[in-house]
Amino acid sequence: MATLDDVVAWLRDLAGTMKEHAAELTELDSAIGDADHGTNMARGTAAVAALLDESYDDAAALLKKAGMTLVSTVGGASGPLYGTFFLRMAGPLAGKEQIEAADLGAALRAGVEGIQQRGKAEAGDKTMYDAWAPALEAYDEAVSGGQDVGGSLRAAAEAAAEGRDGTEPLVARKGRASYLGDRSAGHLDPGAASTTLLLESAARTLG
Amino acid sequence: MWDMKKLINDPEDVVVEALRGMAAAHPDHLRVDLEKKVIYRKDAPVRGKVGLVSGGGSGHEPMHGGFVGLGMLDAACAGEVFTSPVPDQMMAATTAVDGGAGVLHIVKNYTGDVMNFEMAAEMADADSGIQVRTVVTNDDVAVKDSLYTAGRRGVGVTVLLEKIVGAAAEQGRPLEEIADLATKVNESGRSMGLALTSCTVPSAGKPTFELGDDEFELGIGIHGEPGRERRPMASARELAQQLVEPILEDLPRKDGQPVLAFVNGMGGTPLIEQYLMFNEVQTILAKADIQVARSLVGNYITSLEMAGLSVTLLTLDDDLIGLWDAPVNTPGLRWGA
Repeated sequence: MATLDDVVAWLRDLAGTMKEHAAELTELDSAIGDADHGTNMARGTAAVAALLDESYDDAAALLKKAGMTLVSTVGGASGPLYGTFFLRMAGPLAGKEQIEAADLGAALRAGVEGIQQRGKAEAGDKTMYDAWAPALEAYDEAVSGGQDVGGSLRAAAEAAAEGRDGTEPLVARKGRASYLGDRSAGHLDPGAASTTLLLESAARTLG
Repeated sequence: MWDMKKLINDPEDVVVEALRGMAAAHPDHLRVDLEKKVIYRKDAPVRGKVGLVSGGGSGHEPMHGGFVGLGMLDAACAGEVFTSPVPDQMMAATTAVDGGAGVLHIVKNYTGDVMNFEMAAEMADADSGIQVRTVVTNDDVAVKDSLYTAGRRGVGVTVLLEKIVGAAAEQGRPLEEIADLATKVNESGRSMGLALTSCTVPSAGKPTFELGDDEFELGIGIHGEPGRERRPMASARELAQQLVEPILEDLPRKDGQPVLAFVNGMGGTPLIEQYLMFNEVQTILAKADIQVARSLVGNYITSLEMAGLSVTLLTLDDDLIGLWDAPVNTPGLRWGA
């Protein structure tokens, strides 16, 4: 079970995580993109952290505000993608004071569906979806097996990391990396890397 | 100690300080919202005229801000260098230029630009009911278009489209007609570019890629990213051939239709070389029995200080020629007004 306070802790941890890993994400992005993913994510999540001292009716209200803020501050493709993720996540959590593992599962699924709609990516396109898809599956499996929020998120984060590592040999078919054609193979996808960091942060702080 | 030799104060402030300069240099034509980073035509909104809004990452000057004014854009949203602007900016621009006839968004086909403009169009419709239509330019033949990729990039045709569609909006044509015209221009043009050097994004501080003295990148975009392939350096005549051939293979054109030939410098190539290349392009086209009815040569869609150029060919008809010749008065393009 998670509460509004846990979500606040998550978003604060997320800003710290992105700042800490900014150089690493930008390095991945300079190989196959335009060398700004770390800087952009650090700027956006810091803007979200600045919202955390205000008070919110529930986690859904905070996640919605966080989504809008990411859209306005991250730019590039990651802004709309992560922004949509948080905006859509808010839907299934509206009015809930206590977030059970199944509620969070529904919220994650809604968020990832938003990412897929916005980015039109499929599995194997070498995008963040390659981390999200196995993470969702692992989360649901853990919930079915009786795991709580924390245990299910840890399973999701591990699956995301495997998905991220699996992007290395792939040839990108979406995003700016796709212009490189075969030259995009041999590098991790930066979006899959930041998705893994986001889920690891959630596993540390929620439940 | 200067580790990056650029005429800047602080990498963080490059975009906003350049916008300040635009405002100071063109006070009679432009109004600049420095907070939202949007450049407006001074007399916007023009009542009864379809508003044209474009935008994209900075570093491509004069595109897009330099094309704001009579006969071209009503507003341009400036992102960080090579980074798409955000929906807040596009929303503000859309609302400010709507003269009651709706607004056309002109978007270059890059994942970030497309997504941000898409969100802005959804929000504008939900918040204020402003009619928004969108054209996405994708004229770059270096990228193989396929259902399974992000698709072709929007490059040189964007400039020609902003001029032609801007003239049509000035004539008072309605939104649907403007949107169809924009689609037609995009579909009638093809581009291909090459780079002799990389470029340095101010916040990165070092060149995006390294190129040997004896090689060039073929099939580049406009973000200093590497191209489709690296080839051995060759004469202007041979390079022109390597650019024009793939364009002609793909350009929709019936026998006898004239073209507009556009040689565009990427920022670091002198005009003398651009004109020399134009001559090569013209020679190839003459051999293929293709008449160049209109032309444009210069730095219009750039990639910071990258050396290199792109060639764009646009198939023309009488309507397009008339709209191309119509008056335009912007910082970056001006004739007849």
